[in-house]
Amino acid sequence: MSAGDSLYQEAIKQFAQAAHGHGQLAQAAGEARLDNRLCGDRVRMQVALAADTISAVAHETRGCLLCRAAASSIGMHAPGQDHAGIVAVTQALQAMLENGSPLPASLAAHWPELAMFEPARAHPSRHKCVLLPFQALREALEKSTAAGTSGAFAAPAR
Amino acid sequence: MGASTLLTGCGDANTLRAEFPLLAAAPELHYLDSAATSQIHRSALDAVLHHETTSRANVARGTYRLAEAADLAFENARRTTARFLNATSADEIVFTSGATASLNLVAHAFGNTLQAGDRVLISVAEHHSNFVPWQMLRDRIGIELALIPVRADGQLDLARLPELMGSRCRLLALTHCSNVTGARTDVAAVVAAARQAGARVLLDGAQAVQHGPQDVRALGVDFYAFSGHKCFGPGGIGVLWGRHELLAAMPPFLGGGGMIGGVTPALSTWAPPPQRFEAGTPPIAQAIGLAAALEWMLGLPWPQIHAREDSLCRQLIEGLRAISDLRLLGPDAAVSRAPIISFEMPGLHPHDICQVLDTHGLALRGGHHCAQPLLAALGVESCSRASIALYNDAADIEALLSALDAARRELT
Repeated sequence: MSAGDSLYQEAIKQFAQAAHGHGQLAQAAGEARLDNRLCGDRVRMQVALAADTISAVAHETRGCLLCRAAASSIGMHAPGQDHAGIVAVTQALQAMLENGSPLPASLAAHWPELAMFEPARAHPSRHKCVLLPFQALREALEKSTAAGTSGAFAAPAR
Repeated sequence: MGASTLLTGCGDANTLRAEFPLLAAAPELHYLDSAATSQIHRSALDAVLHHETTSRANVARGTYRLAEAADLAFENARRTTARFLNATSADEIVFTSGATASLNLVAHAFGNTLQAGDRVLISVAEHHSNFVPWQMLRDRIGIELALIPVRADGQLDLARLPELMGSRCRLLALTHCSNVTGARTDVAAVVAAARQAGARVLLDGAQAVQHGPQDVRALGVDFYAFSGHKCFGPGGIGVLWGRHELLAAMPPFLGGGGMIGGVTPALSTWAPPPQRFEAGTPPIAQAIGLAAALEWMLGLPWPQIHAREDSLCRQLIEGLRAISDLRLLGPDAAVSRAPIISFEMPGLHPHDICQVLDTHGLALRGGHHCAQPLLAALGVESCSRASIALYNDAADIEALLSALDAARRELT
């Protein structure tokens, strides 16, 4: 997936609409709720773990299209990742937004939807919208009882 | 009569717009966010530049001629501000860093004269800057904090005043005009109730001052707070007006140079107001710039400007009403209100709306507007807001209404 110039690409709208992972888990290993201080948007993220990897995520996201699309992409791709992998994804996304750093090839290949957020780079006030669900996921993992430690991004089994 | 007054004597929006360097340089910009920050008038910029290049020195400290020039300019700024508010004396004008600092000053200094169990009454419609300081005072000394609710149209439900004030109400701290709904507070009713109970009244005038000079004596209030950046002046400057006898009875808020009578190793004494509340070097150039903006405002034909602002407000409200599914927040156009219009479009987030509007040359704010309790009371999480000032015209409103259609198409 390549990024166009438009902030509101069809992919963003489709992902926001699809709301992959929306809902609640019956039993979560970790949970976090984060607010965007600027607008009051809110993400509640839950994770379930199997050993050191994410077996399921669920989120309830009240936010703009960017925030909802980001949460939806997490719903699609986070299962199969471990804590360190999610940290790496978040850092790569943040670097893309703040510095224009290209996404690592392995990440771009396995989480191609991240590229749809590239136009947000030109709008610093919107970076938080994209990052909020990822930060909520990281916090949920930190609160979980069995966060993984494997490090680099690993493509989840499909 | 100055050249600026001659230029703006007709109050025409295009003529006024030409006096704002940023707007003059960006004819394609439809600036509808003056409730957040108004544009700065050329006279304020010129005054700041003139002061900084001819009279820059600290105030109330030096005896050399440059310092005396700075003293004179700073104290003249205080006198101009007093005239803008029709205050009894320039000694009632305290310069702060902004309305938020002014409100915190009252919450600390006047707050320190209160006792546990005393009541302060605010409203659900307050900006966080007139909400949080009172919660902090409650948590610090145990005052009771009570809230005036709002009606469905965002106006304060003043029918509940006697019940909410109770027997120990010492202060009503209320917005003069909501930064979300544009609803104006019925100050006369508030002041009448306060006088009967022996309570004081603080008005947050942040949203009122850009719509003309205020008369604190006619309003009958005890404190009035506002920011310079919302009335065509520089940022970093605010004003607290207070009745002199009240200021004189209040302890200082911040300690430091300039606010003391004397300091010994054992204790300090305080300067009289307003210096008692101006610890450290004040925002000198900003005060001088603010005064230039206020002087300019004092010369404007406000009846004509109000008529145009009201007309634009009606035009926008009528246009927004014609958009399906759009929910307007705030009073009807027929009600006396400030030209601040907020709205919600279900399914479309205000940040997304405002982002698309930006691509059409429109500057609006979306979010909770630092008024989360009010938005919760109105049943919304966030909203989009258009705020109209004296340099706006019908083309700005038409551009907004047209771009909202485009935003809906782009975002769905």
